Amino acid sequence: MLIIINGEERTVSHSLLRDILVELDYPLSGVAVELNGTILPMDTYESTQISAADRLEIVCFVGGG
Amino acid sequence: MSFISELESIRDDELCQQLEQTSVQDVQRILAQSSLSMRDYLALLSPAGEACIEDMAQCAHRRTVQHFGRTMQLFTPMYMANYCENGCIYCGYSHYSDIHRLKLNASDIEAEAQNIRSTGLEHILLLTGESYQHSPVSYIEDAIRIVAPLFSSVSIEVYSLTVHEYEQLVKADLDGMTMFQETYNPILYEQLHPFGPKRDFQKRIDTPEFACQGGVRTVNIGALMGLDDWRLEAYKTGLHARYLMKQYSDVEIAVSTPRIRPCAVGYQPQHPLRDIELVQYILALRIAFPRIGITLSSRESPMMRNHLVKLGVTKMSAGVTTAVGGHTRGEDSNQFDISDNRSVAAMAAMIREQGYQPIFKDWQLL
Amino acid sequence: MGEMIGIDDKQSNTTMKETEYVIGGIDCSDDTFQVGNQCFSSRLLVGTGKFGSYQIMKETILASRTDIVTVALRRAGGSEHSENILDYIPKDIHLMPNTSGARTAEEAVRIARMARVLGCGNLIKIEVIRDQRYLLPDNMETIKATDILAKEGFSVFPYMSPDLMDAKRLVDAGAATVMPLAAPIGSNRGLETKGMIQMLIEEIDIPIIVDAGIGKPSEAAEAMEMGADAVLVNTAIASSDNPILMAQAFHHAVLAGRQAFLAKCGAVQHVAQASSPLTGFLRD
Repeated sequence: MLIIINGEERTVSHSLLRDILVELDYPLSGVAVELNGTILPMDTYESTQISAADRLEIVCFVGGG
Repeated sequence: MSFISELESIRDDELCQQLEQTSVQDVQRILAQSSLSMRDYLALLSPAGEACIEDMAQCAHRRTVQHFGRTMQLFTPMYMANYCENGCIYCGYSHYSDIHRLKLNASDIEAEAQNIRSTGLEHILLLTGESYQHSPVSYIEDAIRIVAPLFSSVSIEVYSLTVHEYEQLVKADLDGMTMFQETYNPILYEQLHPFGPKRDFQKRIDTPEFACQGGVRTVNIGALMGLDDWRLEAYKTGLHARYLMKQYSDVEIAVSTPRIRPCAVGYQPQHPLRDIELVQYILALRIAFPRIGITLSSRESPMMRNHLVKLGVTKMSAGVTTAVGGHTRGEDSNQFDISDNRSVAAMAAMIREQGYQPIFKDWQLL
Repeated sequence: MGEMIGIDDKQSNTTMKETEYVIGGIDCSDDTFQVGNQCFSSRLLVGTGKFGSYQIMKETILASRTDIVTVALRRAGGSEHSENILDYIPKDIHLMPNTSGARTAEEAVRIARMARVLGCGNLIKIEVIRDQRYLLPDNMETIKATDILAKEGFSVFPYMSPDLMDAKRLVDAGAATVMPLAAPIGSNRGLETKGMIQMLIEEIDIPIIVDAGIGKPSEAAEAMEMGADAVLVNTAIASSDNPILMAQAFHHAVLAGRQAFLAKCGAVQHVAQASSPLTGFLRD
């Protein structure tokens, strides 16, 4: 299905958030995820179902002052 | 928030210890700083500070000229009523005192104000004794409305009002208020105020803050010097001023340094100040709080007042009588004996002679 | 690079923090940096941007003996960015995410909330910048964001242009500290806003952390001598030829400035002496 990750259209084969993160090579720890504008607690990645056209924002810490 | 919690957090013995430990070197170092902490202010009040009085004077003089120019604002008090429900044992207006009690009616107030206005003064301070019964808020409000058209600034020195009452008076054109704490020592305060509404120490402390909250533009505080150890009172007054300046940065905070004077009830001060100590207090205030207003009353002698023009004072009274209706009838039966009874014209001449400009009108709300 | 320098620090980071400094009767060992009810062992905060590698960043952090480091939040790019910066930050050091990239209070709030999901404590540096030329903070939006995040339990460290009225508004909004800029971010121009920061130090009761623009250790020391509670440094360290050595230099400078502040500097002698005495009348 087609979803939007960080503003870009991506095709994914899984529908569980955790599986999508693995499929796209994101680390499972150290990323925060916003689904359609709602921030998800980390322990819900295993149970969150993603549907077509959902918008995901995936962020992590980087260096900054 | 109240200043009372800050006041309760300091201890007299610790202050005394710091005062004793302050050296002349400490004072010299502080005088070279561009800004002072409250600890530094305390150090300037120390015995070591007295030894540096000339250096302090030079520093205070420079700061005053820098922030205020060579100017001196003049005002006069107008006593409207001397009925009082308090028993302040050092005051000639106290309930004990068998002075003649009276109060001005609307036309008396108008006449008295016209007489004051004819001297050129633009700032007036309205006073009453503390009597809700004889001089209620409505009486004060009416008086403000009568005198406001004649003056550019009207202040009051009356009993404690509520925030709402201050708001009400500000609407009637009140600019400023004066409230002396008398003493910041709560135990002594209780002894000196055996009865009457003024007996409530915390309410007295909070009143200047209520005025700030009520929209009063200038708030003048002070301790009556001579009731308790002057260094402690001076420090706590500074602390109070600092608190108000911080909490209400839009209000102009001023400090008066009244020394207790002989009065109708014959009270003998337990901690009289020498002249040099009063001067040290004024200098320390100016150095620690460069922008603060300092008011000097006619309780001081002409000699002291002449010299203090250059040392940090920004506002002086002139043409003073402490009698109710005294500006009209010219007599002087009194709350306390004044030492400097020079007229407005004589004060203005003295100030000009020193190269300063007497200011009758500081500002006016447009 | 810099391996020989700072190696001791790495090994004994914990004991270094406990080092006692007793100078002339003032025991500096209990001079911890307190924010609200949290205590930190260092008054030097270090930013983690602009380093050549995370490894150098890590060694620099250790050399600085900092207790708080800032990090930013960015869109994760998948496998190509799989290295996790958190793996390079010692666990006992506090993380303070910033909201860089935010142009409005709403965006800053969103970034802060996402950072919190990552489980790094409640510290947040609010940074709201609209001006892309000088990167100056937008105080008004910063105040709004502070108000919201403080109510949500964050310990808010707002980065701001040093303005007294705005600093008071930040205090009222619930800020834990105020972080005035010394000069524009990354400019290394030093304490250009010195006079304004001095006012904040005098008037604001919560800690003042001088952030941005400090280019040299001597400037960090000067800020501390003035009475700032801490400084935050990133570019000056990261962009030097030897970040690890520079981090140590900043550590010493911040400590030196703090000690000088506590010890109080001696009087500057003004040569000018008054022409006529003003207190002669008191001796008559």
